Amino acid sequence: MTSQQAPVETQTQDDRMTAPRREMFQVGESTDGASRDERRVSVAIDHVSAWYGAKRAVTDVSLEAYANSVTALIGPSGCGKSTLLRCINRMHEINVGARAEGSIRLEGADVYGADVDATRVRQRIGMVFQKPNPFPTMSIAENVAAGLRFMNIGSKSETQDRVEYALKASALWDEVKNDLNKPGMALSGGQQQRLCIARTIAVEPEVVLMDEPCSALDPVATLKIEDLMSELAKRYTIIIVTHNLQQAARVADYTGFMLMEESDGAGHLIEYSPTSDLFTQPKDKRTEDFITGRFG
Amino acid sequence: MNRDAFVATQPRYARRKFFDRVMTGVMGAAALVTVVPLLLILFYLVRNGVGAINLDLFLLDPSAPGRGGGGARSALVGSLIMVGTATVIGTPIAIGCGIFLAEFGRNRAGTVLRFLVDVLAGIPSITVGLFIYGLMVLPVRKFTALAGAAALAIILIPILARITEEMLLLVPRSLREAAYALGAPRWMTVLRIVLPTALPGIMTGLMLALSRIAGEAAPLMFTALGNQFLNTDLLHAMDALPLRIFYFATGPYESWHQQAWAMSLVLVAFILFLSLGVRALVGSKVTIRQ
Repeated sequence: MTSQQAPVETQTQDDRMTAPRREMFQVGESTDGASRDERRVSVAIDHVSAWYGAKRAVTDVSLEAYANSVTALIGPSGCGKSTLLRCINRMHEINVGARAEGSIRLEGADVYGADVDATRVRQRIGMVFQKPNPFPTMSIAENVAAGLRFMNIGSKSETQDRVEYALKASALWDEVKNDLNKPGMALSGGQQQRLCIARTIAVEPEVVLMDEPCSALDPVATLKIEDLMSELAKRYTIIIVTHNLQQAARVADYTGFMLMEESDGAGHLIEYSPTSDLFTQPKDKRTEDFITGRFG
Repeated sequence: MNRDAFVATQPRYARRKFFDRVMTGVMGAAALVTVVPLLLILFYLVRNGVGAINLDLFLLDPSAPGRGGGGARSALVGSLIMVGTATVIGTPIAIGCGIFLAEFGRNRAGTVLRFLVDVLAGIPSITVGLFIYGLMVLPVRKFTALAGAAALAIILIPILARITEEMLLLVPRSLREAAYALGAPRWMTVLRIVLPTALPGIMTGLMLALSRIAGEAAPLMFTALGNQFLNTDLLHAMDALPLRIFYFATGPYESWHQQAWAMSLVLVAFILFLSLGVRALVGSKVTIRQ
């Protein structure tokens, strides 16, 4: 797994977990410039454009998401941030007529390579969706083990261990350990979303994509998921799409701001910086307008 | 603004209210007219049939004409065997067809296939019987239960295939996406996620199709023919409840009429309990999200 973890980063994570960081726009403590450069690139997005049929949704986005950090994509509705996210694990192409251009590399390997199987990509790059979507026919344990069963890996005891690990890692174990055979749908919305996170990390991906994971949840459940994200970033690369600026400020180490441009009606990446920089000293006027609430 | 602005005293408000009540009444009456036949049917079945229900009905075969007594064992067993065989033959084909329509039928070929399935569902059952007669009875010069089951399967398949398609399409897209995002290929997503999620609906559809074929007499007349003796061999003529009801109800003897009523009651009760049983069974295992 992700073993190359800079010591300074661990420090930062621990600080972040204890520091009071719930005020509006209080930015997660960022590392200094030097250590940032040492970071290992996990997902490299290079000149990516995406279409739905003839309609262009994303134009020429390039950014690098670093291992063991949280990268947030923000922007108004329809700016292509979800589409870009879905390009990373090749979920974009399941829409009829959808296609993407450019290159996306995971640990240097081209996700869109000629002989690459999309299902293998999705095993290495997991995804959590906007609305919690546990499988209604499955129990809690079966939900978590679903990915393992799809891949047909692991003995019974191994699977049990992985289920326990994943539920602990998603901070759900204590709440459900006595109800593992109850249906996943019996849980509350926030618990369901953590169940979906457990299901995603049970297959040990390297990257976890989150598409507005808290937008269907109440504030308390949202905070739990946010805490979880920081915790998960110790092991995984997290890329999150959010329309909640405060959330990006709270959880993300890096933030990209996307905006639909009138010229082609598609989303462009306006600015991509460490979160503190983007929120405190935006380089682009449009970023400043957006984060100060002048539009969007 | 004063309070009187909300008090509806003008004639047009009174007219609206009156019209609202009349229309509610009309719709209610229509709903009532819809269920009245069902209640009447059940009432007549019970009144005329319950007297002839006894152990002999289930344990004895039909007696010779005019002898009185006897039962409907051959018809009960025959119906179970032929409906069961038709289900075994038809269900996999129908579900396979439904999956194809739902998963790969979002194009021109699918539209054509869907239309053909609908046409097949609309073909009169006696025509299906004649078709199987030409296909499976004439060549071997013998009426067989297998031919009867085949005719029933042909009636079952289009009904179940379309219901399967509809139920699969009702499965939320988010569940498919969840499976894809875990690295499941499409076939696995369909078999392990979509199909199980749609199963309660498909089972309900199967019940609907079963009720339909269990009550069919026309497609069996030229295929299974009927048999007043107990037969469990698929390669010989076999009795069935609807056939026996038809023969007895059109026969000259009062005891036959009595038994025809009783068999009708048994048939309806059987279908009712079958649906209730399967619903309870499936419903307890699975709860589908709204």
